[in-house]
Amino acid sequence: MNKNNTSIWTRIRSSALFLPFVCLVLVMAVNIIYDTMNGSNPLTFFIITLRDTTGNGTILYGRIIDILNRGSEAALLALGMTLVVSSSAGTDISVGSVMSVCASFCCMLLAGYGVSSTNDFNVPLVVGILAALILGCVCGAFNGFLVAFLKIQPMVATLILYSAARAVGLLMCNDLIVYIRNDAYGFLGGFCGILPTPIIITAICIVILTLVLKKTALGMYIQSVGINDKASRIAGLNSKMIIWATYVLCGLFAAIAGVVASSRITSADSNNIGLYMELDAILAVALGGNSLGGGKFNLAGSVIGAYTIQAITTTLYNLGVSSAQAPVFKAIIVIIIVAIQAPPVKAFMRKRAAQKQTVREGARA
Amino acid sequence: MKKRFLSLMCASVMAVGLLAGCGGSSDSSSDESAATEESATASSEEEASADIKADADTSDGELITVGFAQVGHESDWRTASTKSAQDVFSEENGYELSFVDCDNDSAAQLEAVRSFIEQDLDYIIIDPIVSTGWDTVLTECEEAGIPVIVIDRTIDDSDKYVAWVGSNFKTEGLAAGEWLKAYAEEKGISEINAVVISGTTGASAQIGRSEGFQEIADREGWNILDEQTGDFTEDGGQEVMENYCKSYEGQFNVVVCQNDNEAFGAMTAMDNAGVSYGPNGDVVLISFDACTAGLEDVAAEKITADFECNPLAGPFVDEVIKTIESGGTPETEVYMVEHWFALSDAIVDFEIDGEAQEMTEVTDDVIEAQY
Repeated sequence: MNKNNTSIWTRIRSSALFLPFVCLVLVMAVNIIYDTMNGSNPLTFFIITLRDTTGNGTILYGRIIDILNRGSEAALLALGMTLVVSSSAGTDISVGSVMSVCASFCCMLLAGYGVSSTNDFNVPLVVGILAALILGCVCGAFNGFLVAFLKIQPMVATLILYSAARAVGLLMCNDLIVYIRNDAYGFLGGFCGILPTPIIITAICIVILTLVLKKTALGMYIQSVGINDKASRIAGLNSKMIIWATYVLCGLFAAIAGVVASSRITSADSNNIGLYMELDAILAVALGGNSLGGGKFNLAGSVIGAYTIQAITTTLYNLGVSSAQAPVFKAIIVIIIVAIQAPPVKAFMRKRAAQKQTVREGARA
Repeated sequence: MKKRFLSLMCASVMAVGLLAGCGGSSDSSSDESAATEESATASSEEEASADIKADADTSDGELITVGFAQVGHESDWRTASTKSAQDVFSEENGYELSFVDCDNDSAAQLEAVRSFIEQDLDYIIIDPIVSTGWDTVLTECEEAGIPVIVIDRTIDDSDKYVAWVGSNFKTEGLAAGEWLKAYAEEKGISEINAVVISGTTGASAQIGRSEGFQEIADREGWNILDEQTGDFTEDGGQEVMENYCKSYEGQFNVVVCQNDNEAFGAMTAMDNAGVSYGPNGDVVLISFDACTAGLEDVAAEKITADFECNPLAGPFVDEVIKTIESGGTPETEVYMVEHWFALSDAIVDFEIDGEAQEMTEVTDDVIEAQY
């Protein structure tokens, strides 16, 4: 019995998800300490209640919901980024700009070119959203083409869209913020029943992608290309196509994230949608315990990483840290999380555990 | 193979798009930009403007050449500012405008100013992206004998410009504070607990508005529960307000948003938290900027009061240039006239530093006329 327990514990502890998950829990645990010290219910941060809203019926209400809701875009981007990192050992730094251009394209189609505020759709909503998703795939295909077929370094290849896509978005919107003041458009960033729609969208994306990776050999192919491109080719894999496909997927997820972000504010704010999001996405992949050197990847880790970033932000709001100082605290927390997961630190911890074990065994003897 | 062809196609389509994009943004920095802008804005009146140009050429010899290094085009406010300059410095008015959109890149802005010097323009207008690092280039302007007029944002490390035209952000903050005091008295609100969603930290609009409002809050002993930045964006305002609703549940009765976009976000967040706001709600919502969309929300009884930040600097700069042209010395600091908007129910009398203020009632005509 005891032995069995230990083995489960060891198995959990040696799981790749263990550390990222512990970090997420630690970040949220800070709030328990803060709330206790403040004399309020220690679990204030975690309580989810039902709340009547103005216009959206009854919804789930609480900080945890906020984290899941606000972290959606980062989680979506992290999905695509994980695949890109794994297959090409590089990062797609254009995702934030692609979000912006896709959102702008969607709003441009819905409002009509040059219109800055509208209540009615110019084309059906579905057409606008599908067009945005297609544009995302096209952007991804462009990045993927440069990386996979022209062998340009991923960061350099995606730098092009990083700087250009946002500008193209501005051109599409005629340099204006396009407002789509229509409840139907706000749905994707609003509420579906009692849950925020972004949470549902993200969950669906995670489930579909996981199924595709697990049920087909795609996941294995991507890892094998990432581990050794040449060997995979010799083994009969079309490495180029696989790398290309990961970039297309990354573009697609960026487009979904862009549409969600734009739907939240029912407008296309091309200057600000997805601004610096590529950094969050890359950080999420790293926080999830994935190596940025490519190869093996852990999708769940990246998703946990994305929510960890949001948990930090929400925690800082809860602690009332002024926004001027927040980046410093964020940096400190991130350094700690990354350091905990660094190989030398992990090796050190393992060594200490082994030493303890020997000491214990010695004592028993 | 088919897919490879498809990807190639995609790539080439993207490339064409990129080229078009580059073309669009780069030609604004070239010499012909003024001409391009003109033709774009007034292509239908091409003939007419050509006639007028001929007239102007014959009547007063030469057009006054003006270079304008604009920050970018990040908001409706900025677009209105650009349009104001383009309207005022038209050929019909005897000007030739070289307009450069610097896309929020301060290095590009320095480049733009240097290119204006090389072109030997008559006047240079700068809306400085950053407030420091200007002394060298302004000295060059001075040596070239070109008067520089700074608009909107300020320059801190140099005084080698003839005039600054812009908004007094602190007055806007003071106005909001004084209005709130008068409004609270009239409505019998005895205690004020405010949360502030501020603009981008360090932006002059943020500093001025915070300072002004804080001054009144300190004087009146108001309780400011928290001040976090929403970066002047709707998404930022939404996220900050979501957190305020949870951290200060039922504790605040005033929300101050430092621009309209933040107010839009704050409204969504309060809707979702079941908090009522506006003239008839539990929470007084104060906003700044007063763009058209903002005023529409004032009319819809969502925003209680909106304090304008006038983007139409063109006419004021025109005034400064006319003064210089006629041999006079313009004032070094020109403050633009600004309005305070509310619905009739929320219009109260108040004073700033002993000066009585007039408020503008929001009507359809007012909204129509706003930028």
